[in-house]
Amino acid sequence: MNLYTRRRASNALILALSFAATAGGLIVLFLILGSLLWNGIPALKGTLFTKMTPPPGSQGGLLNPIFGSIVMTTVATLLGTPIGILTGTFLAEFGRGSRIAPAVRFVNDILLSAPSIVIGLFVYEVMVVPMGHFSAWAGVVALAIIVIPVVVRTTENVLVLVPASLREAASALGAPQWKVIVVVTYRAAIQGILTGVMLAIARIAGETAPLLFTALNNQFWSANMNGPMANLPVVIFQFALSPYADWQVLAWGGAALITFTILILNIVARWVASRSSFSQ
Amino acid sequence: MIALLIGSLPAMRAFGIAFLWSEQWNPVKDIYGALPAVYGTLVTSLIAMIIAIPVGLGIALFLTELCPKWLRRPIGVLIELLAAIPSIIYGIWGLFVLAPVLQTTVQPVLVDSLGNIPGIGALFAGPPLGLGVLTAGFILAVMVLPFIAAVSRDVFLTVPAVLRESAYGIGATTSEVVGKIVLPFTRVGVVGGVMLGLGRALGETMAVTFVIGNSHHIAASLLAPGTTISATLANEFTEAVSDLYTSSLIELGLILFVITFIVLAIARLMLMRLEERAAK
Repeated sequence: MNLYTRRRASNALILALSFAATAGGLIVLFLILGSLLWNGIPALKGTLFTKMTPPPGSQGGLLNPIFGSIVMTTVATLLGTPIGILTGTFLAEFGRGSRIAPAVRFVNDILLSAPSIVIGLFVYEVMVVPMGHFSAWAGVVALAIIVIPVVVRTTENVLVLVPASLREAASALGAPQWKVIVVVTYRAAIQGILTGVMLAIARIAGETAPLLFTALNNQFWSANMNGPMANLPVVIFQFALSPYADWQVLAWGGAALITFTILILNIVARWVASRSSFSQ
Repeated sequence: MIALLIGSLPAMRAFGIAFLWSEQWNPVKDIYGALPAVYGTLVTSLIAMIIAIPVGLGIALFLTELCPKWLRRPIGVLIELLAAIPSIIYGIWGLFVLAPVLQTTVQPVLVDSLGNIPGIGALFAGPPLGLGVLTAGFILAVMVLPFIAAVSRDVFLTVPAVLRESAYGIGATTSEVVGKIVLPFTRVGVVGGVMLGLGRALGETMAVTFVIGNSHHIAASLLAPGTTISATLANEFTEAVSDLYTSSLIELGLILFVITFIVLAIARLMLMRLEERAAK
């Protein structure tokens, strides 16, 4: 009986601890979101979207970094998505059984979780140094390098899930392989691929480290892709660490803006994925 | 990779292999050594793993064994959302919300209680600053938690129901089933997930930069400020004036890349082995 009670007790203890662990994780999530709302809402005024970043001690907004972030994220997505989808297609359609595919997959997985600051350093060495100055293009390339592995991974995963019978039916009608892929496989997997792209956008929208050495930052309005460009994450970084109260308020505003955009993107992406006909 | 190697050549030539264990970091005299940054990187990651592994496993246990079915998906998604929050948000939250709380409540208690015990007392000596190695480790723990929890949950679910049921059938409690059947069966996968989290912790930049305090000295106390490779890069790269300075920073980046590459490669190989076994 003694042994039995001891086992019961240790079981209850471990289960309680695991419950506490889950509760702890959720509490931290809500604490972060709560403090973002608490500190960020006062900054979310109309001027946040219409005024430039101010010098310390005066009113202003975040118009130029918001613009810069949107531009760089868009261009990086446009650059990285086709490469990612094509690589994913190769892995899922042509690379089956070949020797290169596992190697590509392995390198892609490493790239997927490589520290983003190292990617920034790499782009600094190959683009910023030869060009002689920081530029939005370098930032775009760094972000695109982050987009590619995410898209490759999700594209491959959904393409593999498309039933072989669909492909065989198209091939039986005499369609060449490229047509099978474009007309049949892609159409069946489009939701999954979209999910991957959205997750990639969510990932790069908040990336700071690779932009520090590539796009740098800009206090002024700039639409010139060849020069330094303002962007939200780096502005948050600089303003939050500054001693000026009104800059810190703007940093909180930007942080709230970015986080909720990313969370919404993530939730929408999951929703799309769960509606997809071939999800696990 | 090659670009980083070329960029770090001047520093390698100037300091040789001693770069790895020199504690000097003096931009004025142009003398650089990597030890404080490497030490900080390893210690913060170690703290993060000590906190995150038990909590992550607890969450996985809760999600697979305890949680009612209808709650599983929402809680799983919420935990995964922790991974979606950009690291700069963790940084700003750590700096403005977490650090003051730790400074006024947790750290004085640590100093008063553990600080007086000989031996480990040195780890908790000194004034409670709020910022420092311990705070950075805690933030990192929250950031890697979703990786460990998600991977562990997924591999826990691969355990054949027969194994689980036969253990329950001979009267094992839930915690015994998990400890003696599920964990041994999924050991490789769990370690892979942990290594994946470790890879992220090692390379994490922005969150750490905010809270670590950025001091190029190795202090015995966990409450003292320190630095990590990525935080050094983020803080000093755009301010580096001499070529040797820049080159030393790039060599730091190279060291970071090599460390994370090894960790991630091990993680991937372990997970791949598990997938092969599952496929059989």
